Amino acid sequence: MRNGPGSRYALRTAALAYLAVILVVPCSMIVYHTFKDGLEPVWDALTDPAFLHALRLTLLTVAIAVPANTIFGVVCAMALVRRKSDRGSWFFNAAIGLPLALSPVVVGLSLILVYGQDGWFGGWLVDSGIQVIFSIPGIVLATMFVTLPFVVREVIPVLREVGTDQDEAAWTLGASKAQTFWRVTLPAIRWGVAYGIVLTTARALGEYGAVAVVSGRLAGQTETLTIHVDEQYLRFNEVAAYTTSLVLALLAVLTLVAMNVSKPRTQKEVADVDRRPPGDEALR
Amino acid sequence: MSIAVRQVTKRFGSYVAVDDVSLAIASGSLTALLGPSGSGKSTLLRIISGLETPDEGEVSILGQNVTGVPPQKREVGFVFQHYAAFKHMTVRDNVAFGLEIRKRPKAEIKARVDELLGLVQLDGLAGRYPAQLSGGQRQRMALARALAVEPKVLLLDEPFGALDARVRKELRGWLRRLHDEVHVTTVLVTHDQEEAMDVADRVTVMNEGRIEQSGKPRDLYEHPANEFVMSFVGPVNRLGEAWIRPHDLELRLEPNGATSEAMIERIVHLGFEVRVELVLDDGRYVSAQVTRAEAEELELVEGGIVFVRPSRTTVFSGAATLPDPL
Amino acid sequence: MTAPAAVAALELTFAASLLVVAVNAVTGTLIAWVLVRDNFRGRSVVNALIDLPFALPTIVAGLTLLAVYGPKSPFGGWADVSYTRTAIVLALLFVTLPFVVRAVQPVLVELDREMEEAAASLGARPATIFRRIVLPNLMPAVLSGAALSFGKAVGEFGSIVLISGNIPFDTEVASVHIFKAIEGDDPAAAAAVSVVLLVLSFAVLVGADVLERRSRRHDA
Repeated sequence: MRNGPGSRYALRTAALAYLAVILVVPCSMIVYHTFKDGLEPVWDALTDPAFLHALRLTLLTVAIAVPANTIFGVVCAMALVRRKSDRGSWFFNAAIGLPLALSPVVVGLSLILVYGQDGWFGGWLVDSGIQVIFSIPGIVLATMFVTLPFVVREVIPVLREVGTDQDEAAWTLGASKAQTFWRVTLPAIRWGVAYGIVLTTARALGEYGAVAVVSGRLAGQTETLTIHVDEQYLRFNEVAAYTTSLVLALLAVLTLVAMNVSKPRTQKEVADVDRRPPGDEALR
Repeated sequence: MSIAVRQVTKRFGSYVAVDDVSLAIASGSLTALLGPSGSGKSTLLRIISGLETPDEGEVSILGQNVTGVPPQKREVGFVFQHYAAFKHMTVRDNVAFGLEIRKRPKAEIKARVDELLGLVQLDGLAGRYPAQLSGGQRQRMALARALAVEPKVLLLDEPFGALDARVRKELRGWLRRLHDEVHVTTVLVTHDQEEAMDVADRVTVMNEGRIEQSGKPRDLYEHPANEFVMSFVGPVNRLGEAWIRPHDLELRLEPNGATSEAMIERIVHLGFEVRVELVLDDGRYVSAQVTRAEAEELELVEGGIVFVRPSRTTVFSGAATLPDPL
Repeated sequence: MTAPAAVAALELTFAASLLVVAVNAVTGTLIAWVLVRDNFRGRSVVNALIDLPFALPTIVAGLTLLAVYGPKSPFGGWADVSYTRTAIVLALLFVTLPFVVRAVQPVLVELDREMEEAAASLGARPATIFRRIVLPNLMPAVLSGAALSFGKAVGEFGSIVLISGNIPFDTEVASVHIFKAIEGDDPAAAAAVSVVLLVLSFAVLVGADVLERRSRRHDA
């Protein structure tokens, strides 16, 4: 549909203006407020042991959550896509998506209700000397929960499109199921997996609500980077808060770059499949 | 017998895809499983390969019962309609895949891959990826890949279905020549009767999960077992109980006692052959097939009148006498 | 924690979320349209930026919104909407930006141009073509993106907690109410409000799934 040039510019201006106001202006404020008082406060903020600990804790959380959810995601996607029947699929899809739709605060609450002192497993855990809530395991658990869906959701459509032909070919050529998975299936979906990993990492780095509920917020012990931002702000250490925010924002930009590299390749993976005409499967 | 299928049945829910089918395929032959969509031919092929398991019956390959054996262990080569190329691997790696699984030495793999690429005329393309090949090239690669591990049996599931008409014809002839050179027992599934008749030593016609007839292409054409086979393997006129091939309808300029009058509605020049679409006195349509020479000799024109007589009629009802169709 | 406060929080949450979703349905479609059908320098950068609200931690988003719309805003006092409901809406618009855009974009890309060309050849003007040909085909994607926005908005916490002031009966949203209940050692109250939120989230997700399937109804 050909818009006249007038309407095209109008639409473009409207869209870009909206984006500028809602998106760009706020984000550029981070830089301004970080360096507002010069470089020294920034350096102090970055060398603050509390900040460094928060950084380490955040990275630790990511290092656990991402590989765990990647494995879970691929296994889950294979189980869901390669089923014989379609029964209850709607339920599994909704259940997998649940962490995405839940308020992070509710996620934190559920963890407390299950693993907290008075929770279902809480008493037993405390007796065994394992402290989950208000301590690091709780933070890791919360992060794992909220990042659960990403790999699954990205891999499922790719797996579906790739289909089983290549796997079947590998079987007829003598490859075992395990060999087929590593050498044929996984490479065929690798960009879907990659994109899912990027999304998982981004969310793990930036999670606030769920972690805020389960963490004890003890500086130097159970603060993640996001909690550190909040804590510093509440103590009127604005520069420290903005500095940490800038660090997180830069990580966000890196994430955007990674997303933009892997997403088109995912879509290409899906689009590239030799088209089979619809209805063929029914005839087998 | 290379492949023996005994009383195999396969259901998908309440739908019976293969219904008590028994079939024997001779060593070294090229057999076509021919039939319309939904006839069960693909399912039967997949059962032979081990990609599907039958609900009843058994499958033997070279005398060994392989009914419960997974495809990995059956040593069958399988070629898919949509190539099933390993997109992330080069042509060379695709063809080498089976050999690598069997952990053959690198030198042997390289030699064998080169040999096969030469056989399928893909030399020089070893370093390319499937996405860079044409459909016909991809299918040749798939064939080379299947043949690399020296399968006992080669199974092809509508291998040319995704290709252009011209490429399809080319590859058809090429497959036949390849078979003559390599002599692997081959089973080809197709819905294209011309393809089946052109390429195969034996053709098995299937319909609704059952075998209608098995035999040499010529036998199927000239002595079809029933109406389905007759109408599937070639064009046919049906007049009441009588079935008449277009080339068995003689055209004359003068009546004699046995002919009927007909008006020429349309003349279609299909290269060497000429199809003459006719309307009989009673309004029924038939088509006759004559050579170009005959058409010229008879000076056929659209709107003209000719007199037709069947030189050969087939009836399936088991009637005692041949009723006069015209 | 009082029940009326909880109800007020829930009402505010849903009202704000519905408003935000309505705005997003329009702006998201507009942005997707410009990104797909228009071509300008820097388009790919703009396209990448759409995902920023997703990549940025919510608390950072909250802080930056405070910097722009708060008491120390460089844009002067009139931009100070801190501790108001406007702030909540602005925060939600930020975090829900990508959903409708990303839902509509692929559909727009796949849209068969020939339908529009056929309409044009039959005499329809661009606005009519958009209204009667393009929009009906986009609607399922818009609805699906709107549903996801709604789910996100309803539960949003980090970006709101700094700028809204969290004043009960005024600017306290459901997620903040729950948070306060937990901190106030009243998990039962927190759980009650959470259940309402949970039921709604699940309903939204199932709804989004249904809408997605409906959109495939028209595909060949």
